[in-house]
Amino acid sequence: MIEWEKEFLEPFLKKFPERKREFLTEEGIPVKRLYTPLDLEKWDYIEKLGFPGTYPFTRGIYPTMYRGRPWTIRQYAGYGSAEDTNQRFKYLLSIGQTGLSMAFDLPTQLGLDPDDKRAWYEVGKVGVSMPTVVEMDIVFNDIPMDKISTSMTINATAIEVLSMYVLVAESRGISRAVLDGTIQNDILKEYIARKNYIYPPEPSMRYATDAIIFCAKEMPKWNSISISGYHFEEAGATPAMEIAFTLADAIEYVKWVVERGKMPVDSFAPRLSFFFSARTNLFEQVAKFRAARRMWAKIMKEGFGAKDPRSMMLRFHTQTAGVTLTAQQPEVNIIRTTIQALAAVLGGTQSLHVNSYDEALSLPSEEAVKLSIRVQQVILYESGVIDTIDPLGGSYYIEWLTDEIEEKAWKIIDEIDRMGGMLKAIELGYPQREIARAAYEYQVKVEKGEIPIIGVNVLVEPGVPKVKILRVDPEVRRRVVERLSKFRSERDNVKVTRALDDVMRAAEKPEVNIFPYILEAIRSKATLGEVSKVLREVWGEWKAPEAI
Amino acid sequence: MSVQVFEVRQQSPKKAKVLVAKLGLDGHDRGAKVVARALRDAGFEVVYLGVHQTPEDIVKAAIEEDVSVIGLSILSGSHLELVQDLIKLLKEKGLNIPVIVGGVIPPEDVDELKKLGVYAVCGPGTLLRDIVDLFNKAINTSRKTT
Repeated sequence: MIEWEKEFLEPFLKKFPERKREFLTEEGIPVKRLYTPLDLEKWDYIEKLGFPGTYPFTRGIYPTMYRGRPWTIRQYAGYGSAEDTNQRFKYLLSIGQTGLSMAFDLPTQLGLDPDDKRAWYEVGKVGVSMPTVVEMDIVFNDIPMDKISTSMTINATAIEVLSMYVLVAESRGISRAVLDGTIQNDILKEYIARKNYIYPPEPSMRYATDAIIFCAKEMPKWNSISISGYHFEEAGATPAMEIAFTLADAIEYVKWVVERGKMPVDSFAPRLSFFFSARTNLFEQVAKFRAARRMWAKIMKEGFGAKDPRSMMLRFHTQTAGVTLTAQQPEVNIIRTTIQALAAVLGGTQSLHVNSYDEALSLPSEEAVKLSIRVQQVILYESGVIDTIDPLGGSYYIEWLTDEIEEKAWKIIDEIDRMGGMLKAIELGYPQREIARAAYEYQVKVEKGEIPIIGVNVLVEPGVPKVKILRVDPEVRRRVVERLSKFRSERDNVKVTRALDDVMRAAEKPEVNIFPYILEAIRSKATLGEVSKVLREVWGEWKAPEAI
Repeated sequence: MSVQVFEVRQQSPKKAKVLVAKLGLDGHDRGAKVVARALRDAGFEVVYLGVHQTPEDIVKAAIEEDVSVIGLSILSGSHLELVQDLIKLLKEKGLNIPVIVGGVIPPEDVDELKKLGVYAVCGPGTLLRDIVDLFNKAINTSRKTT
C-alpha cells in the first residue's frame, strides 16, 4: 500500500489532482480513496457478520433471504373515500403488488370525525377517511383479508382503526388470530417528528403498549408496532440519528411492555417491526440497514436477555426518501428512487414502498404508481442482485462504513440512556433539536452548492414542470359525512353511550388494558371520533412546546 | 451552526417581526422550521407557532405580536381552502399583512392562491435566499401600504 502510494499515486496526483479535497458521506464521514484489508485489521467475520438467519443477523434475517422469498411490494396508498381507496388497492394488486399499506387522512389520524369543524378541509386528502367500521368494510370489498397482509399507518388512533379491521374480518368469518399485517402504533416518533399525536406522552405510551400486549395475546401474526426511523430521516436526521433514535424508541417500548404487561421479552418481541428510509447515497444506506440489524440483535440479546432468535431479528419495511423528490424535472425522481430501492434491497428489507415521481407536487397518479411498482419488479426479476445473499457483505468499504455508522449510532443511544431513556429525551427536546439542526445544516449545504441536487441547484432548467395532478374530489367529504349521519341515526345510542362509558372508566384506571374496551365500543358502533373524544376528556390533549 | 449566509437587506429602525406557522392538521414541519431559522439568521425576529394552527390562531398571534409578514407551510393539499379562510379573516380584522405560502403546492394552484391575495408562493425546491428576499420585499410592500 505504501509502495503504491509512493510510486503510483503521488506522481499521478501531481498531474491530476482530485475533484475535491474531502469526500463526505451524508453522515459527514470522510470517505477514503480506497479501502483494503488494512481497514478491517481486527475485524472478525463471525463476530461482525455471522451467517444469514443467525446472530447478529448482519447479513440478513433469513437463511435464504430473497432466494427463498422476495420482499413484499407494498405501496402506501389511500385517498378520498373508501370507494376510491378500494379501487386503488385493487389496481395495485392487479399490477403485481403483494401487500397492502393503508394511508388515513389527517382527521382519522387525529381522532376527529369528518363532520368535525377542524376536519372538514382535510377529509380524504392524504389518506382515506375512516370514522366507522362501514368505511373499512368498503375499503376491503372483494379483497381477501385472510390472504393479504395489510399495513396501516395509524398511531394515536391505532386501536380504533385496528378494531374496525378486526370487526370487518370477523363479519366475514375470518378470525383475528389469522390476520396478517401491521399497525404503525409508534407514538414516540410522532412527538419527535411526525406530529400526529393527541394525548400527553404517558397515556399515549400506555395506549401503544396496550395494543402491543393485546396483539401478542390475541393476534399472533400481527405486527403490533412499526418502530419508525423513516420520519426522522424525512425531518432531517442523518443515517446514524435515524437508526439510533429508532432503536432508542424500541428500547423504551420493550421496557414498557415488560413492565406493564409483566411479559417476558420473547413473548412479544418477535412481533416488533421496524420502518426505515432509503436515500440515494447508496453504500451509506446499505451500511445503515446492516448496522441497525446488528445493533438490534445485540440490544435484545445482551440488553434484554432474549433467548428466541426471532426476538433479535430486525424485520423492516423501507420507503424511499420522500424529501429527495424534486418538483423540478420530476422524471429524474424515477432514477433517484431506483437507486434508493436498490439500497433497500441490498440492505435486506422485508417490504418496500417506492415513491412516485409526481409526489413532490401531489398524491401519485395511477400511471406514476405503476412505475413505482415496476421499479421494484425490475430489481426483482431482471437485475440479478437478489440471487445471492447480502452481495455487498465483505466489501472493505461496506464493512468499514457499517462499523462507522454503528459506532456513531451507539454514541447517540448512550447519550439518550444518560438522559434516562427516550421519553425523557423527548421531554428535554433532544431528538427534536438534533433533527432540526441537521435539517438546517443540510439546507445550508444545498444553498452553498455543497450538496448538488439536479434541477434545484445544478443542471437547472427554466420553466414550470408539467405534471398531471391527482386531486381529491371535494364531493368525497359530503358522501363520507352523509354516510356517517346515516350510521349514527341507525344505531342503538343507549348501547353506544354505555360502551363509551366503559372506555372512560377503563381509561381512568391505569392498570387496565384499554384495547378490549375500545374494540367493544367500535363493535357497538361508536365512531372513531367519539372514542377519541372520551380519551381526550380523561387524558387531556398534548400541546408540544415548539422551538426552531 | 451559525453560518451567516443571509443578511437583511433593508435596515429598519426596529427588528422586522415575521410569523411562521403550519396551517391545518398537517404535521410536516421540516420546511417551516428551516425557513424560520433562516429568517432568524437573516436578522428577522421570528414568531414560530408550530403545527396544527387554525386561521383564528394565526390571526390572533399576528395581531398580538404585530408581525409584518405571515409565512405559512402546508403539505396536505388543503392549501386553497385553508388560505382562503385565513385571508378572509385578515380582511375582516382590517389587517393588510402580506401572506407567503410554502409547501407542496402544484404549479397550477399558484395563480389561484395569488388571486386569493397571497403575496408569494414558494413551491418545493425554493432556495432559502429567495425566501428571505421575498420576506424582505413583502415587508417593504406592507410598509408602503400602511
